[in-house]
Amino acid sequence: MSLLEVRNVVKRFGNNEVLRGINLTVEAHQVVCLIGPSGCGKSTLLRCINGLEEIQGGEIRLHGDRITGPGVDLNALRREVGIVFQSFNLFPHMTVLQNITLAPTQVLRMPEEQAREKALALLKRIGLEHKAQAYPDQLSGGQQQRVAIVRALAMEPMLLLLDEITSALDPELVSEVLNLLRELAREGMTMILATHEMGFAKEVASKVCFLYGGVVHEEGPPEQIFSNPQQERTQQFLSSIIEAGRL
Amino acid sequence: MAEPSNTKEARRRRPTPPKDGFAFALLALGWAVCLAVATWGVMVRVKAVMSANNFQALWTDGLLLLVALLPLALLLPASRSLQQSIQARRALAAENLIAARVHSAEAHTWAWFTLGYAGAWLLLLLLVLFFIANNVAVGRTFFQLELIASSFGLILQAFWVNVVIFLFAGVLSLLWGLVVAIAKLLPGRPAQPIRFLATFYTDAFLSLPSIIVIYLVGFGLPLTGIAFFRSLPLEALAVLALTLTYGAYMAEVYRAGLESIHPSQWAAARSLGLSYGQTLRFVIIPQAVRRIVPPLLNNFIGMQKDTALVNVVGVIDAFNQARIIASNNFNLSAVTTVAILFILITIPQTRLVDRLVERDRARFRQG
Repeated sequence: MSLLEVRNVVKRFGNNEVLRGINLTVEAHQVVCLIGPSGCGKSTLLRCINGLEEIQGGEIRLHGDRITGPGVDLNALRREVGIVFQSFNLFPHMTVLQNITLAPTQVLRMPEEQAREKALALLKRIGLEHKAQAYPDQLSGGQQQRVAIVRALAMEPMLLLLDEITSALDPELVSEVLNLLRELAREGMTMILATHEMGFAKEVASKVCFLYGGVVHEEGPPEQIFSNPQQERTQQFLSSIIEAGRL
Repeated sequence: MAEPSNTKEARRRRPTPPKDGFAFALLALGWAVCLAVATWGVMVRVKAVMSANNFQALWTDGLLLLVALLPLALLLPASRSLQQSIQARRALAAENLIAARVHSAEAHTWAWFTLGYAGAWLLLLLLVLFFIANNVAVGRTFFQLELIASSFGLILQAFWVNVVIFLFAGVLSLLWGLVVAIAKLLPGRPAQPIRFLATFYTDAFLSLPSIIVIYLVGFGLPLTGIAFFRSLPLEALAVLALTLTYGAYMAEVYRAGLESIHPSQWAAARSLGLSYGQTLRFVIIPQAVRRIVPPLLNNFIGMQKDTALVNVVGVIDAFNQARIIASNNFNLSAVTTVAILFILITIPQTRLVDRLVERDRARFRQG
């Protein structure tokens, strides 16, 4: 059984149909990269998987269990599926440590001390334990984004969604975030990334999906998508990326 | 010069001469002199009023003389302005354009300086004239020192009632307002009636004058004969009335604050598995309250002033006490004491609000 199955999902904002019956399957320990022009629905799809957006058609299954539609405990779902946003969205009034321990202590009812130790261990891993007592606005963009990733990891999710997490970063800060993702990928973390970092996608992805017109227009292993795309629209997209010097 | 003098190019090359400041400097000097004369005249009148009331002391004479001579100090900036404007003219004649500009700018600055101080001083003189008009009637009506001194104890005691009322009503309306704001923002169909009630409540109490609420609650509730309300002291009913009124104001401020938190904060908190209530409690409310402390404090200050309205139901607060004293003595000085007390407790709070606003602005500039 696949870890995640997205079947014919339709998402509309008013009259604007963003997802038009999209299908996607993710196996455990896969890293799936969603690429495509802006507005093609990458972020929307991620937000639907996390239950932040209601869908109008189709269904999403996690380990075979339906996680969309009425009666689903979204809070329980979100314990299993973490998401990291483009704009970090750390809580500005809390220290880095509090940002990380909030959900484990409140949602998982983990004892304060244990949550703290775990958070510090995670921070140590990303080399930011000295920033535990700092506030988010005292950190660089790259540091903030790494803390945001760690905040999601503290819930020990089985699936991590990453929504263009390097798009808001200065170029020289991108690598520190990507390095962390590389490590997570090596450890077998299942991840879905919406990304514009084609080089990175090529390197770590088990599968690349090109989203266009609200559906997965083409999918396959990175070698195939990047070197030998079959669809005309995919070729166009990739050639404009190459023209911009981003691949 | 060979080329025509009015082409765009020619105009561009011609430097702009500085404004001539001489006339302006003269005006400033004239003002300063007039003001000195006027001040002298006013002080002579003050002295006349004083002797008419058999009030004579060496230190007041000295003080009057000092005040009369004070505006002469304005002659200094005025004459400096004149001096600079003359130098500017000289420099211009010598075709030293840069020096002319510097002197002209100086002349204008000093002339404006003179006019600014002169204007403020003139207002003060008018105030003094008003005070001593009709043989110091104004002064006596509002500032009879003996009455202020003799009634001060009573007034201060009664003012304590105001303080107690606004402290209680302040805390209660802060809590009540938050409850109402949260009720207004509850999501989903089941909460619709609650949202409606909360909206109706704020609409109603925002449009009701607080004096009417105090009247209705303070007089009406005991009249209903319900034992609980009859047993309450009038002060408690006043607190209830003010809490109802200001709770609506506070609720609107809270709502604005809660809505000002970016939806991405909701998304981040909910995506971690926090429930709606947990998100409100740990993420949204703490951030919102930080932003709205200045407007909440402003409402709090407004409420303090409205505690003077509770006299309509017969609470002996500072204003009511002062009115009693005023009608016994045919003099308003006790009311002045109340006014001063209100000013004294309010000004530090307004300054605090200013500082908080400034701090927020500084943080915003940082990004």
